[in-house]
Amino acid sequence: MATTATTEQKHFDWLAIGLYAGLVLFGWVNIYAACYNEMHPSIFDFAAQHGKQLLWISIAFLVAICILFIQPRFFSNASYIIYGVVLLLLVATLFIGTVTNGGQSWIDFGAFKLQPSEFAKFATALVLAKYISAIDLDLTLPRTKLTLLALTAVPAGLILLQHDTGSALVFLAFVLAFFREGLSQYILLVGVLAIALFVAALLVNKYLLMGIVLAICLMYLFVWLSKRTSKNYWHTLWFFLACCLFISLVDFTFDNVLGSHQRDRIYVLLGKVEDPQGVGYNVDQAKIAIGSGGLAGKGFLNGTITKADFVPEQETDFIFCTVGEEWGFVGGVVVVAAYVILLIHLISMAERQRSTFARFYGYSVASILFFHFFINIGMVLGLVPVIGIPLPFFSYGGSSLIAFTMLLFVFIRQDADRNALF
Amino acid sequence: MSNQYSNRSGIVKVIFLTIGVLFVLRLSMLQLFDKEYKEKAKNQSLRNVTQYPARGLMYDRNGELLVYNEAVYDLMVIPRMVKDLDTDYFCQAVGITREGFDERMEKAYKYSPYSASIFMKQISKEDFGRWESVLYRFKGFYVSKRTLRLYGKPIAAHVLGYVGEVNEKDLEEDSYYKRGDYIGKSGLEKSYERELRGLKGKKIMHVDVHNREIGPYMHGQMDTMPLEGMNLYTTIDSELQEYAETVMANKRGCIVAIEPSTGEVLTLLSAPCYDPNLLVGRIRGENFKRLNDDIAKPLFNRALQAQYPPGSIFKVAQAMIALHLGVITPTTGFVCDKVIGCHGHPSARTVQEAIKMSCNPYFYYTYRRVIQQGKYKNAAKDSQYGLTVWHDYMLRFGFGQQLGIDLPNVKGGNIPDTSFYNKWYGKNRWSFITIYSNSIGQGEVEVVPLQMANLACIVANRGYYYTPHLVRYYGPDSIKNPAFYQRHETGIERQYFDIAARGMYDVVHGAGGTAHKADVPGLDVCGKTGTAENYGNDHSVFIAFAPRDNPKIAVAVYVENAQGGGGTWAAPIASLIIEKYINGEVKRKEFERYYTEVNPCQKLPLTRRIKKVRKR
Repeated sequence: MATTATTEQKHFDWLAIGLYAGLVLFGWVNIYAACYNEMHPSIFDFAAQHGKQLLWISIAFLVAICILFIQPRFFSNASYIIYGVVLLLLVATLFIGTVTNGGQSWIDFGAFKLQPSEFAKFATALVLAKYISAIDLDLTLPRTKLTLLALTAVPAGLILLQHDTGSALVFLAFVLAFFREGLSQYILLVGVLAIALFVAALLVNKYLLMGIVLAICLMYLFVWLSKRTSKNYWHTLWFFLACCLFISLVDFTFDNVLGSHQRDRIYVLLGKVEDPQGVGYNVDQAKIAIGSGGLAGKGFLNGTITKADFVPEQETDFIFCTVGEEWGFVGGVVVVAAYVILLIHLISMAERQRSTFARFYGYSVASILFFHFFINIGMVLGLVPVIGIPLPFFSYGGSSLIAFTMLLFVFIRQDADRNALF
Repeated sequence: MSNQYSNRSGIVKVIFLTIGVLFVLRLSMLQLFDKEYKEKAKNQSLRNVTQYPARGLMYDRNGELLVYNEAVYDLMVIPRMVKDLDTDYFCQAVGITREGFDERMEKAYKYSPYSASIFMKQISKEDFGRWESVLYRFKGFYVSKRTLRLYGKPIAAHVLGYVGEVNEKDLEEDSYYKRGDYIGKSGLEKSYERELRGLKGKKIMHVDVHNREIGPYMHGQMDTMPLEGMNLYTTIDSELQEYAETVMANKRGCIVAIEPSTGEVLTLLSAPCYDPNLLVGRIRGENFKRLNDDIAKPLFNRALQAQYPPGSIFKVAQAMIALHLGVITPTTGFVCDKVIGCHGHPSARTVQEAIKMSCNPYFYYTYRRVIQQGKYKNAAKDSQYGLTVWHDYMLRFGFGQQLGIDLPNVKGGNIPDTSFYNKWYGKNRWSFITIYSNSIGQGEVEVVPLQMANLACIVANRGYYYTPHLVRYYGPDSIKNPAFYQRHETGIERQYFDIAARGMYDVVHGAGGTAHKADVPGLDVCGKTGTAENYGNDHSVFIAFAPRDNPKIAVAVYVENAQGGGGTWAAPIASLIIEKYINGEVKRKEFERYYTEVNPCQKLPLTRRIKKVRKR
């Protein structure tokens, strides 16, 4: 590709492409280590997961190259069609999908299985970008807001129906992209506050918690606030009542809305139950595996805990364990740094776009990748509850790798054309 | 307008950076500073070790141990953990070939690369001892202690049953079982599986890099102790059982002996018998096949599963029902007019004589009075009424239903009722004349030997029985099954059973009795002969109890395809069993030697031919 230099290729963002390729290849190295088998050490064993992943990587690279050759306009024009096709696939999954690990999210094509929910993020990002980039769009209208909400909620709801809560939660990531387009910062604050209250309500007595909130409100009114108006009083009162309502609803939500395994995962995270052989097993083993890596790690293929398969799902959702165990603190920091650099760079790239479409799409890409990165590594490190979503570019899985590749490269293609468009 | 928010890109970048820094801090905590994870990680490698409880033991009625356990070892492997293995050395140590190793390894991989599966099973203590000291060199391998059944005496295989590996169906039905577990497959092992098996325990062990267990995980908080299986205290008299098996050693047939006052089964065997130790451990598969293919069918438990027409023995029950219904009196006589075939004997003038001489026409007429009581003018309707009453009483004798013994796969025999004949002949298309063969225990009536022994108990008890059973109580709390202590009444007057007992006494002692060979001096044996029709020669059948007053034992003996009727072969064998049990030893040595050594059973395979009806 580098030999045929055209004017367009000069604008490809090689930092993003390089980080992508690095993560994919290092991911494969770790998948190979995770399923390494002394009896059959062949790299090209297509019955093993590392062998299959090699195939998926080849396909992903091919897809990436193809996308770089397609006109960027194609994706913005085809966004509704792509969105429609993915919605159809999601609906079809509900009827003909096969069930794996309790989630019905796969369509079996015989030779391979497709997970439409992985492509739904890509399609939704496209369609939201397309909708929001309409010239005469008034973002302040409730109608617009509702449409954007619906475009996001429909695929998320369909995925929820497949019992794949993790993938459905990913759609929350669009909040960040909307935030950039003018969504009130209070929504982010309210979100953070809600999570904080939720956790607090599970940890301490709810009346005690209400008392604490009341105390903070009173402090706000009489200590921090220099000017007290009746408006301030009312706002603080409403705030307090809303908090109380929320707190009293936590128990109900927790007991009736969440599934028992979700409750268990949250309890384990909060340290309310200790069950290293049951629900806490994954996380406990993951932490031990990572902890055993030390500064420099045990070395490639020398991990003992991930090798003995004490960590379930280690090729997919818990792949970061292998990094931690075999490559140690150094390897872990390099991977985390690579993601953070890529994410921040994507934001910078998005900001240099001239079209709203490309900018919003870029933010969507960064937000989705961030959400996965945050939840996945946070889960492995025992910082967030266990939510089964893959680490982008890294985890084993054809659908997710190809979908993330499409997601990223469509943006890289947009970015390459950022000046040519106008 | 969107660009008015472009300053927000900074906020987003800060969020990303914050999370990254948070992760790095967390990583440094886990990997660099936290002692806890370091310590854990140092010896981290957990192994789930299932702790198998000892299976419950079985004792005989005198406290003698019938079934116990022996420790053996299963060599387990977790394929993924196998590392740096000197395969040749390993094969040499364990005693397998390289091909065998590859095959087993492949199988283990197929089961699961991560979880333990059995690499080699049931290694004896001696074999294991030879390479125990080098086991630590085989990473990924460890041994799991299991127990095998052992039998002190090679007896009572059909009662005790055997234990085998669970099959797919067992795994599906009860999640307690894991592949490779053992489960009772037959006999008491099966019917008391839940009591015997106990509860598996679990141990989670830390294993170091040298594959050595270094201590319990979480100080053993997660471990569960195995709960030992409960012992069974059976009713079997192992001395009598052994004796009976010796007597039947070269014959085919079965013996059931019961203590009438309790329903406790003293002896239950089906000949040919086999040594229960044959179906244990690694030799089981081969032996099972051999036993299963044997045309003498040693695995078939004749005592519970062979359904025969009861023949003449049935007449005792017929007489009791007729007397109770009042259709005959103790002094009713019928001329032996050969209305159905009979043998030469004077006509019976009383019920007692009829039982003694086993007169076929007498019971033909008796049964006619039971079935056609004259309640309806229409013979068909009348027979329906009579049969219903008769059927009801027959069930009270324990016929036509499974007896509720604590063994699996028991047959119930058949006592036909009206719906049975309605289905067969059509409603109102049958009457006494169609079904009279039942009168002498032929026709559609079928019973299993256990029910015959139970009939002997009923007469011995003069009208009631306890469900025959093999376990008195089990477990440390001596749990009893209340069903075994419930008296089942026939509802027929004791005085009539006295007549039956006298008749059966005459069978053995009186002039013209059919079983003088069953006499044991001083024991007042009461019995009744019978023949069960069959392909080949008839089976020789005898039921008996002794002594006549306060009986201690009731017994049913079947000798298959033995020419000469019940009095010739089954009666003398029954007398040996009775003498052995009551007197403790058999004094009639010559008699004992003859009947132990003789083999009256027709040689197998039999050609199929149907015998003409001939009653004795």
